[in-house]
Amino acid sequence: MAKYIRIIPRLDIKGPNLVKGIHLEGLRVLGKPWDFALKYYKGGADELIYIDAVASLYGRNNLAEIVEKTSQNIFIPFTVGGGVRSLDDIGRLLRAGADKVAINTAAVHNPDLIYESAKVFGSQCIVASIQAKLINNRYEAFTDNGRELTGKEVTEWARQVVDLGAGEILLTSIDNEGTGLGYDIELIRQIAGLVSVPVVACGGCGRYEHMLDAIVKGNADAVCAASIFHYHSLGSKVDTNQFKDEGNIDFLKLNRGEFNFMKEKISPTGIKDIKNSLIKAGVKCRV
Amino acid sequence: MGSMNNPKALIIDYGMGNLLNIERAIKYLGGEAEVSSSASMIASAERLILPGVGAFGKAMVELNERGICDAIYDFIRKERPLLGICLGMQLLMTESAEFGPNKGLDIVSGKVVQLKGRTIDEKRLKVPHIGWNTIEFPEEPDNAAFKGSFNRDNTILKGISSGSYFYFVHSYICQPDNQEYVLAESTYGADRFCSIISNKSNINGCQFHPEKSGRAGLQIYKNFLFNS
Repeated sequence: MAKYIRIIPRLDIKGPNLVKGIHLEGLRVLGKPWDFALKYYKGGADELIYIDAVASLYGRNNLAEIVEKTSQNIFIPFTVGGGVRSLDDIGRLLRAGADKVAINTAAVHNPDLIYESAKVFGSQCIVASIQAKLINNRYEAFTDNGRELTGKEVTEWARQVVDLGAGEILLTSIDNEGTGLGYDIELIRQIAGLVSVPVVACGGCGRYEHMLDAIVKGNADAVCAASIFHYHSLGSKVDTNQFKDEGNIDFLKLNRGEFNFMKEKISPTGIKDIKNSLIKAGVKCRV
Repeated sequence: MGSMNNPKALIIDYGMGNLLNIERAIKYLGGEAEVSSSASMIASAERLILPGVGAFGKAMVELNERGICDAIYDFIRKERPLLGICLGMQLLMTESAEFGPNKGLDIVSGKVVQLKGRTIDEKRLKVPHIGWNTIEFPEEPDNAAFKGSFNRDNTILKGISSGSYFYFVHSYICQPDNQEYVLAESTYGADRFCSIISNKSNINGCQFHPEKSGRAGLQIYKNFLFNS
């Protein structure tokens, strides 16, 4: 029995806004996360992932409110991460409506957090987020959205988080993130072949074929993407006033439909079209 | 504030599992949801939802200590609708092998056993079984009297087709003694298991989480609220 591959839009959050960046830098405001989340839920997403893009950097934790607002009308599994430091943080996000919580920085500093949280809340809701970057032919694990080198080699770290009780690995390639050039297939293949828990491939998806590669060549259990979904769902012009206090809104002030600067790399595609293409290629998906 | 006509469901709170998403689903559908651990409120509820995430034995201890088991039996005597979700479905059975045997509520006779976690050719599969999976309707018994008496549109499956997808998170499965209680089945490797249990009347249980299963899942709650 082949497994059902999950298609997961990833929404990076900064303050109250959905943002998107290149290599996790130069964040650009795209809109309100709950509007996009609802579109993706209705469009057939199998799960959603929210990551607070800067929480670890500034030591803040305001995600619970956004999670609460989002999960009012969304009835699919929902993973939330970014700045999660303690059992209390995890409990707060789960009570706000998250089903799974992704932990990266805090787990690196205190691996026991994974063990403790899996024991209290169950492995099924603890996701280890691993950010990998190829350095001298070795995949190194990073924290703080690719800024801090941990000194941990990725396969070793993946094995360790699973032993500690993580129920899933969210595996992001920092090299490929935001480029639209495709997932790091070698990275995914290595980790998916190593661990017993599902591996969610993340970082670099620019078109449907990249997902197919991650699934068929990388053996990913799920594929996560941001740009191709976000740019696909950007439609009418928005009232930019509601964003005036938050970050770089130049992109919003331009007509959001015009993003020629990215068009070469990103093929905006809806979830249904992606699933139909995957099914034609022999991949099992929920429809 | 709901009107008098809105269907009400009481979600049993016994300290296990996240009830918020079930509550939201009920409200989203126009029902009234109340979360409570009060035995008297449970006994007199209009509709009951028995949720649950965690271990079977601990759940039964929690239910017993709060006097909830007897309240559920009082509730059932009135033949009002009860829906068990995930562990809540398993608790309806006679007993479970999870860290046991442990006695269950024995509302549906049968037992709860562990998923084999094997493919048909004995390869290892991940347990717990987490993710989307389909449900299928079992073949109906070759029995004219039974066929005549059963209409799926009168169950929580109204408007749902065989092959629909639902979201599962579980390591154990229900095995009812009476096959007629199997309203839907699912397959995980070598295991073909009961994913919806029903007495085709007021007692129902889902192994999956309808509140996480998109539109099809909401349809289950809608049927429970408006069609039972």
